Amino acid sequence: MISGILFMLGTVGVLTRKNALLIFMSVELQLNAVNLSLVAFSRLHDDLTGQVLAFFSMVVAAAEVVVGLAIIVAIYRRRRSVDVDDVRELRW
Amino acid sequence: MPLDNIVFWVFAPISIASAIGMLLVRNAIHAALFLIVNFFCLAVFFLLLDAPFLFAVQIVVYAGAIMVLFLFVIMLLGVASNVPVRERLLVQRPLAFILGAGFVVELALAIRAGVGFATKVPDTFTANEGGNTQALAKVLFGQYFFPFEVTSILLLVAAIAAMVLAHRRTRAVTQAEIDAASDVDDVPVYDAGAAS
Repeated sequence: MISGILFMLGTVGVLTRKNALLIFMSVELQLNAVNLSLVAFSRLHDDLTGQVLAFFSMVVAAAEVVVGLAIIVAIYRRRRSVDVDDVRELRW
Repeated sequence: MPLDNIVFWVFAPISIASAIGMLLVRNAIHAALFLIVNFFCLAVFFLLLDAPFLFAVQIVVYAGAIMVLFLFVIMLLGVASNVPVRERLLVQRPLAFILGAGFVVELALAIRAGVGFATKVPDTFTANEGGNTQALAKVLFGQYFFPFEVTSILLLVAAIAAMVLAHRRTRAVTQAEIDAASDVDDVPVYDAGAAS
């Protein structure tokens, strides 16, 4: 029922994107999908641990967004582009 | 429960449509707005799942803070219109769709085997005794107190890291230079980052 459908919904949101610039937003969407499934299973199993875990993942996601956006800004300042294909110095 | 189902079935297509729209739209700002819609739908789902605290946190943190941050960076970088959709990912794109569809099918099978689509949630959510926020606080500050404190350190480190990474090394401007430049037309703007 609800839980299963929600999980489906989350994964449809998770895996169907591979854009160049919007990768970061997609990662956010993935995190949210997982959060949703965590809360759904918390409800299903009558246990608050899932909600606590979702809360923690929100905190970590916030930190991750801050650092990631800072990195994106730094890359943009250096090479005037946010296309991941242009950043190829780390390639072997 | 029927009211819950109605709300769910209203918001489920919206959230899926907004996620798909986020993928297909080219403008980065439009994508961010679609993502906001999606976050609000997820917040409603949290409310349906008897998690009002996470509902509030979702709206405040995600739809508020994180998306403002995203929009801020998008505006700052000015990549709204000049992002050419390059078709370099000719191989990856169909592969990604196939992979996504396969993952969805696999997950459906797993849920059917593990939980079952016909499983009803228990009518009473006993873990929510005395209010969701209170119960959550009891668990958070009891069982999960140490991880909670660790996240505070994580946030502090992330804030410092963001400042270090996004910091533009500006030449220190002395008061004498400001005075000297004040009668010249081009006054050196200290915060030039917002202008570019």
